Amino acid sequence: MTDSAIIMRAVNKFYGDFHALVDIDLTVGRGERIVICGPSGSGKSTLIRTINQLEEIRSGTILVDGVELTAGGDNVAKVRQDVGMVFQSFNLFPHMTVLENCTLAPMKTRKIPRAEAEATARHYLERVKIPEQAEKYPAQLSGGQQQRVAIARALCMKPRIMLFDEPTSALDPEMVKEVLDTMIDLAQEGMTMICVTHEMEFARAVADRVIFMDKGLIVEENAPEAFFNSPKNERLKNFLGQLA
Amino acid sequence: MIREFSSADILFIVTAARWTLILSAIAFFGGAIGGLLIALSRSSHSVLLRRLAAWFIQVFQGTPLLMQLFLVYFGLSVVGLPIDPLLAAAVALTLHASAYLGEIWRGAIEAVPSGQTEAAKALSLSYRDRMQHVILPQAMRVATAPTVGFLVQLIKGTSLASIIGFTELTRAGQIVNNATFKPFLVFGTVAILYFALCWPLSLLARHMETRMRRAITR
Ligand SMILES: Nc1ncnc2c1ncn2[C@@H]1O[C@H](COP(=O)(O)OP(=O)(O)O)[C@@H](O)[C@H]1O
Ligand SMILES: [Mg+2]
Repeated sequence: MTDSAIIMRAVNKFYGDFHALVDIDLTVGRGERIVICGPSGSGKSTLIRTINQLEEIRSGTILVDGVELTAGGDNVAKVRQDVGMVFQSFNLFPHMTVLENCTLAPMKTRKIPRAEAEATARHYLERVKIPEQAEKYPAQLSGGQQQRVAIARALCMKPRIMLFDEPTSALDPEMVKEVLDTMIDLAQEGMTMICVTHEMEFARAVADRVIFMDKGLIVEENAPEAFFNSPKNERLKNFLGQLA
Repeated sequence: MIREFSSADILFIVTAARWTLILSAIAFFGGAIGGLLIALSRSSHSVLLRRLAAWFIQVFQGTPLLMQLFLVYFGLSVVGLPIDPLLAAAVALTLHASAYLGEIWRGAIEAVPSGQTEAAKALSLSYRDRMQHVILPQAMRVATAPTVGFLVQLIKGTSLASIIGFTELTRAGQIVNNATFKPFLVFGTVAILYFALCWPLSLLARHMETRMRRAITR
């Protein structure tokens, strides 16, 4: 057992001939909050999607909470129970109510009785500040509300690690804050988080470490202060210049 | 030998329609099970399963239903089974329906956005739970209208079973016509009965399609 939530060693990922992740080494401590940024197509999504094996890797090792992902057996299922994920496009189940979205996985994979699963779901819906929407369908909610449901749905599995893939990129500007606030809450409670985002305010506020990716490589990583104020890599300087 | 077309003949034809319905029901429900297996195989990760299912669909979509009927009918004796028109028609039509429903449902499964599978996987749902609770319910909405449409084709397709001597609606008509020689009257009656079976289903399919389209553009 280790003190690390996630360990990635020499991870390589290909899409056909395309080398999407190049020798990625990354260790994430328990309770650590990491923000990943970088130009579009640099491999940010691919990287976090290897952590719950939505993408399979060609070589290297990934350990999540001490469980080796690529070792076979039911390791992948185990890891996925411990790792929640929030997507850019929400991916709520449109044929289910908000409450059903939140109770499905706990009931099916954790075998939790319905009453308990619903109580948990209502608790987390309360926390993301939309308890009154429990009986509605996703299409009846605003984008910001949908994304908060998606966060609640992931939390209902009581994960120890949360992955966010540009959770605010598909939102209207006025809804970004409500989702970021939810994420900040979560960070303050000590959740281990990896967030792909270009919300630099968020990165400054909660990140322990910011990582810059380009062309499938981790090019630079540092505490937010140093990362933003004294970037070393040319491409990162360029990238930060474009954001400002 | 030629007699009048009587109410007894009409009764005979109408009762034979029962066999058209039974045969359609067997083929539809058998085809639903087969079609689901084909559709799941076609969209599975296993290359072997995908190939087998694709091959199955190609064979059954690429040959006439009548040939399939003949092959199964005469094939029964080859594998030591009694030559029975109902059994042969049921088996052939079930295979035929499996291929077509498999293809319709594969399309419906693939129409569900990949983000749905990803979200379900991220929640650690098993393949079975993903299919049962997330993917298939959404695919079903897309698939119902074309499925009902295919059922109409299937009901009409059962008429080919008359050629291997199974007395369903069409063959009942032939028998009556041989005795009365009133082809227009007899086959007119037969056609009206097919129409009475298929028309409501066609309406239903069209109704579901418009409802579907409205649901999508909502
Ligand atoms: N399923 C896929 N098949 C082929 N190439 C892909 C696939 N997914 C991503 N890629 C490619 O991999 C690279 C990294 O993609 P991604 O991780 O989505 O980047 P980012 O999230 O940083 O924008 C891109 O060049 C993209 O085109
Ligand atoms: Mg991305």
